[in-house]
Amino acid sequence: MILDHPSRAALNPASEAELAALIAQRFAARQPLRIAGGGTRVETGAVPGDVLSTAAIGGVVTYEPGEMTLIARAGTSLDDIEAMLAAEGQALAFEPADMRGLLGRNGTPTIGGVVAANASGPRRLLAGACRDHLLGVRFVDGQGRVLKNGGRVMKNVTGLDLGKLLCGAHGTLGVLTEVALKTLPHLPDRCTLGLHGVTVEEAVAIFSAALATPFEVSGAAFRDGSAWLRVEGLGPQMTYRRDRLLTLLKPRVAELLDDVSTLALWRELRDLAHFAGSDAPLWRVLVKPSDAPATVRALQALGGEASLDWGGGLVWYCGPGTAQAVRQVAPHATLVRRGGLAGPAFPPQAPAVARLSAGLRRVFDPAGILNPGLMDS
Amino acid sequence: MSGIAMPAPDAAILARAPQIVAALRAALPTDAVIWDPEETRAYECDALTAYRCPPLAVVLPRTTAEVAAAMRICHDLRVPVVPRGAGTSLAGGALPTADCVIIATLRLRDVLKIDTQNRFIRVQTGVTNLSVSAELEAHGFFYAPDPSSQLACTIAGNIAMNSGGAHCLKYGVTTNNLMGATVVLPTGEVVELGGPEMGPAGLDLLGLLCGSEGQLGIVTEATLRILPRPEGARPVLIGFDDPEVAGECVARIIRSGVLPVAIEYMDDVCLRAVESFARAGYPDCAAVLIVEVEGSPAEIDHQIARIREIAGALNPVEFRESRNADEAMAIWKGRKSAFGAMGRLGDYICLDGTVPVGQLPHTLKMIGELSRQHGLEVANVFHAGDGNMHPLILFDANTPGDLARAEAFGADILRLCVEVGGCLTGEHGVGIEKRDLMGSQYDAPDLDIQMAVKDVFDPRWLLNPAKVFPLEASRPWREGGAGR
Repeated sequence: MILDHPSRAALNPASEAELAALIAQRFAARQPLRIAGGGTRVETGAVPGDVLSTAAIGGVVTYEPGEMTLIARAGTSLDDIEAMLAAEGQALAFEPADMRGLLGRNGTPTIGGVVAANASGPRRLLAGACRDHLLGVRFVDGQGRVLKNGGRVMKNVTGLDLGKLLCGAHGTLGVLTEVALKTLPHLPDRCTLGLHGVTVEEAVAIFSAALATPFEVSGAAFRDGSAWLRVEGLGPQMTYRRDRLLTLLKPRVAELLDDVSTLALWRELRDLAHFAGSDAPLWRVLVKPSDAPATVRALQALGGEASLDWGGGLVWYCGPGTAQAVRQVAPHATLVRRGGLAGPAFPPQAPAVARLSAGLRRVFDPAGILNPGLMDS
Repeated sequence: MSGIAMPAPDAAILARAPQIVAALRAALPTDAVIWDPEETRAYECDALTAYRCPPLAVVLPRTTAEVAAAMRICHDLRVPVVPRGAGTSLAGGALPTADCVIIATLRLRDVLKIDTQNRFIRVQTGVTNLSVSAELEAHGFFYAPDPSSQLACTIAGNIAMNSGGAHCLKYGVTTNNLMGATVVLPTGEVVELGGPEMGPAGLDLLGLLCGSEGQLGIVTEATLRILPRPEGARPVLIGFDDPEVAGECVARIIRSGVLPVAIEYMDDVCLRAVESFARAGYPDCAAVLIVEVEGSPAEIDHQIARIREIAGALNPVEFRESRNADEAMAIWKGRKSAFGAMGRLGDYICLDGTVPVGQLPHTLKMIGELSRQHGLEVANVFHAGDGNMHPLILFDANTPGDLARAEAFGADILRLCVEVGGCLTGEHGVGIEKRDLMGSQYDAPDLDIQMAVKDVFDPRWLLNPAKVFPLEASRPWREGGAGR
């Protein structure tokens, strides 16, 4: 349980019905709630109200490997889910990060928290984000109504897709109680190609070339002058893809990492180990990959370091730049670790988008009690 | 008209038709507004042809600004708008009402940008699905969603219905391949959602928009994710004596870690029709699977060997590998002509429910029983890898009452899909066809919040009203909207 503020009550409903009753009561009283799963992923310290965790609403409802479908209650631990899937040779292909090291937390990541944050790691490049694997949700809205949307099947266009809205809404539209996700085969073989002493411009050019091949590069990241490309596959498929990429990138490839080293490296890259153990503000910037080099150069000019993921589509910046300076360089920047910076974490939106988003919030949370202010921009 | 009702047209709007047309003509190029009944008749239905109604007028804009101008006028004059792509909806998504203006995206035909470095294409949404991949071919890329109407259907319609296709087992559906959109809201305001960046920082309005069946806005331009073309692809054909064993084979292939790009299923009724129509040389058996894998020749061989091993353990009546492009085409020939072949047997309605893959055998058995109860023949041809079924119910449109019987049978099948854990529609959309079945999948509050979401975008309920949501449930919203 996260409790960085001793005066806050900690609410741990053990069922969806208890959660609904609790929110209905808070809705009537207009009392805000600070929603969390395991409390490991998002800095919610500035949000007012009692802490409400879904960690006690746990358990896998069904897992059908032959249907590539998992349904789990929101509080189910991510570790438990990943172990269960691994035993069947499957995985959550979107590779959610473990943010504990980065944010200095020690809770237990939950699947509900993963979905609420749309947490998606390096393989998002190939496999899509968490939201692309979300099949259905159950949630409690800001009035205490238990609602559902989507289902458990991979193709479903029945009505409006509210799951997409809930995914990445950080609990501000509703508190997730159950999620249905698509699982995928965990490809058994992998390796990593390492290119050292490259500039950010060279790295993005290398990524662009590699990602234009049909060899399904499943990771393309850059840090400290090294570009890394991950290749996965089924037996000879992996070695074939690796060899074709080696030919394409020769003589630049300086290092070939085996299975074990690949797993370790991409876990580090996924969890941003290089920016852990620091308190400096950390920004997540979405860019068009070809804009990444200029963005990185401009951010580095503010002081600090930047790294790339998603083939250059995601820039991480850790440094002392002010919010205003960072957003001037990178309008799509989100503050992931405050490091003392005040102000909104999310980037400003076009007026029409802001108006529609505010209208949706009034529908889902008319009293404004669910993580109020958390997604302000 | 058969069993599905639409609200009576608003007499006051019909009476104002000349003023409405005049306002549209004043704001748009002369050839962009059609109101002559001879010409509007061409827009009286989509591919759900049992339901027809000519609209008040049709607008054919060429730019986002023209779409916005038309929307603004309809908003100011309180005229319902029915968005239309190529009119290939099987669910009545583009069915007009007599008091509506159709805004069609057909003339928005420009490819705006191909960016292989950042892996996207930007198009006006009147381009057809197939032409997007055709534009990309020379660059070595393709656009993944491939609905079977891809020759005709437009990107606007694909986005509105979140279209899928045979290859979405591996590549996902439209929502997984849509990066950005220019959207005209019902007021005529233009909004940009997403873009060439991967994912929004705020609420995922683009994800909400995709598949919203023209309830929230009209998409005039889109940024689509493009993928490098695979080196090659090859199908295998596997025949089984028993539909349940075929279903088991699908589940075992998926569990094995081989992820085919497509797994298609055809039952015996469909196989016989296809044989007499296309002479594809399919085996005479209870069920055929077509499984396609991709990659280099060696990768394909390896994956096919795995599939052969899995299928072999289930004693198929035939396991046919394609060794070259001609043989591959021969395997796909029957599947691709299935709908045409069924059309030769008579009239049919094509359903679109999805069930969990493990429920396929049970669902097929139950559909057989329902077929006997209703006294109508049914053929099954579908995307088995993701459980998206397309039962085709055969009937005779010239026999009074036959369409109604077929619709009742179809409704029973869709309720069955929901009962076994699936949904009413996997890729065709709700439209008018499944509108009044929504209550079998969703409880009243689940539908109510969806309608409240539409209300945020379209407070006057002018955009494609009386669709998607049960008519009775949406009535208070529609009537409330009229007062705003």
